Amino acid sequence: MRLRRPSIPYIIWMVVFTLVPIVLILFYALTDRSGSFSVEAFTKAVGYSDVFLRSIWIAFISTLICLVIAYPMGYIMSRQKRSVQNFLTMIIMIPMWMNFLLRIYAWVTLLQNRGPIDTMLSIFGIHTQLIGNQGAVILGMVYEYLPFMILPLYTVMSKIDTRLIEAAGDLGANKFGVMRKVVFPLSIPGIISGITMVFVPTASTFLVAQYLGGTNDIMIGDVIDKIFWSDHNTGSAIALILMVAILIFLVILNFFGDEEAIAA
Amino acid sequence: MKKLSKLYTALIIFFMYMPIIVLVIFSFNDGKTTVWKGFTLKWYADLFRDSQIMSALWNTLLVAVLASAIATVIGTMAAIGINNFSGKKRLLLQNMSNISILSPDVVTGVSLMLMFTIAGVAFHFQMGFWTVLLAHITFCTPFVVLSVLPRIRHMDYSLYEAALDLGCNQWQAFRKVVVHELMPGIFTGFLMSFTYSLDDFVITYFTRGASFQTLSIQIYTMTHQRISPKINALSALMFVVIIVLMVIINVKDRKAEKRMGE
Repeated sequence: MRLRRPSIPYIIWMVVFTLVPIVLILFYALTDRSGSFSVEAFTKAVGYSDVFLRSIWIAFISTLICLVIAYPMGYIMSRQKRSVQNFLTMIIMIPMWMNFLLRIYAWVTLLQNRGPIDTMLSIFGIHTQLIGNQGAVILGMVYEYLPFMILPLYTVMSKIDTRLIEAAGDLGANKFGVMRKVVFPLSIPGIISGITMVFVPTASTFLVAQYLGGTNDIMIGDVIDKIFWSDHNTGSAIALILMVAILIFLVILNFFGDEEAIAA
Repeated sequence: MKKLSKLYTALIIFFMYMPIIVLVIFSFNDGKTTVWKGFTLKWYADLFRDSQIMSALWNTLLVAVLASAIATVIGTMAAIGINNFSGKKRLLLQNMSNISILSPDVVTGVSLMLMFTIAGVAFHFQMGFWTVLLAHITFCTPFVVLSVLPRIRHMDYSLYEAALDLGCNQWQAFRKVVVHELMPGIFTGFLMSFTYSLDDFVITYFTRGASFQTLSIQIYTMTHQRISPKINALSALMFVVIIVLMVIINVKDRKAEKRMGE
C-alpha cells in the first residue's frame, strides 16, 4: 500500500496540461510575433494598467460588500438548530448551481430600461439609469459570489462552541465584546477563505462587466478575451501579470491569516 | 430565531432568489419584453424544438460525465500516491493541485488554448469535443485529489493488511477496503467535478474551437443577442431541476444520518 506509483498519471497530466501551458504563456509573453525575445508584449500590457486598477478596485469593493453582508448571515446560520442549519445551507447553495451567465442575465432583465425595477421607480417619479455603470457591475459581482463568502464563514463559525460565547457573556462581556473578542478571532480562517473565494474570481472574471457595465467599465478578463484571439503575445503578458498578482495577493493574505491566528 | 435574525435571513434569501423568480415569471410571458402580455407556454415549446440547444445539452452532459469519471479515477489514484510521499515532494504535489484550483479561469483557459493550438498544428487536429474534455479533466482532477486526501490520512492501514491476511489478493483488498473507506471523499470529489464541469463557461469558451457547443456556450450566444425569452424558459427549467436534485440529496442525507443515529 505504501505505493507512490498511482500518482504518476496525475503528475504527468499536471505537467502536460498545467505546467506546459503556463510555460507557453511565459514564452509568448516574452516574445514578439516572429518568436524572438522582446518585452514589447509587456509594454503593451502596461497600457492597460487603468483597466487593471479598475478590476482590482471593483474586486476589492465587491469582496468587502460580500464580507459585510455575509458575516451576520454566517453567524445567524451557525447559531441555529442542526436541521435549520442544513436547510439554510441548501437555500444558499441552490443559486450557486444556476448557470453563471443566467444569473447575470437575470440582473440584466431586472435592471434594464423599462424593466421591472425601472418601471417601479418611475411610478415614484424616479428616473435613473440603472444599468451600464460601475454600480451595476459591483451589484452583479456581489450577487454572483455572495454564497462563496457565506458558506466558508458559516462553516468556521458553526465550529465555535456556544459555551465559549456564553462564558464570555457570563464573565461580563457585552454583545459587542463577545463578537470582537471571541467570535471574530475564531472566524478569521473563514474570512480568509471567503475573501480568497470571492476576490480571485471577481478580479479575473469576464462578461459581468460586459453585461452590466458601460463601455468604460470593462475589466481585465474582458481585455484578455478581446485581444487574445488576435494577439497571443500581449494577451499572454496580461494573463501572466494577472496570475502573478493574484498569487502574490494570496500569499500575503495567508501570511496575514497565520499571523492573526497566532496572535489570537 | 430572533426577529432581527429572521428579517436579515429573509432579506438575504429575497436578494438571492428574486432575480431567478423574475426570470421564471417572464418565461410564461406572451411577449418579448418585460411588459406582461399574458400567459403562454410557447417559449417552452420553442426550447424543446430547438435542436441546437438539445444537442448542446447532450454535449454538456457527455463532457461532464466523462470528465468527472476520468478525473475521479486519476484523482483518487493520485491522492493515494501523494499520501505516500513525504516532506517537500508531498508539499510540492499538494501545492500543484492548489495552484491549479486557485489560478483564474481565464488564465487556465487561454493557456490551454495556446497549447491546443500549437499541438493542433503539429499533430493536425482542431479544437472541439476532445480538447474540451481534456481541459475539463484538467480542472476537475485537483478537486478530487483535495477531497480524497483527508480521508486517506484518517484511514487505518491495518484494515488493508488484515484483508490480505484473511485471504484477499491485493486488488480485492484495495477494492473492498481502501475504496470502501475512501468512498465518501471519492463521491464528494466526483460531485464537485460534475457540477464544475456542468457550470463551466470560461474554460470551455477558450478550448472549444469553432463549432463545439455546450449549454453554457449556447446561453452565452443567446444572452449576447438578448432577444429570445427562450433563455427565461431554460432558466426556469434548470432552476426546477436543481431544486429537485437538492431536495433528493438532502432527503438521502437525512435518511443516512438517521440510520447512523440508530
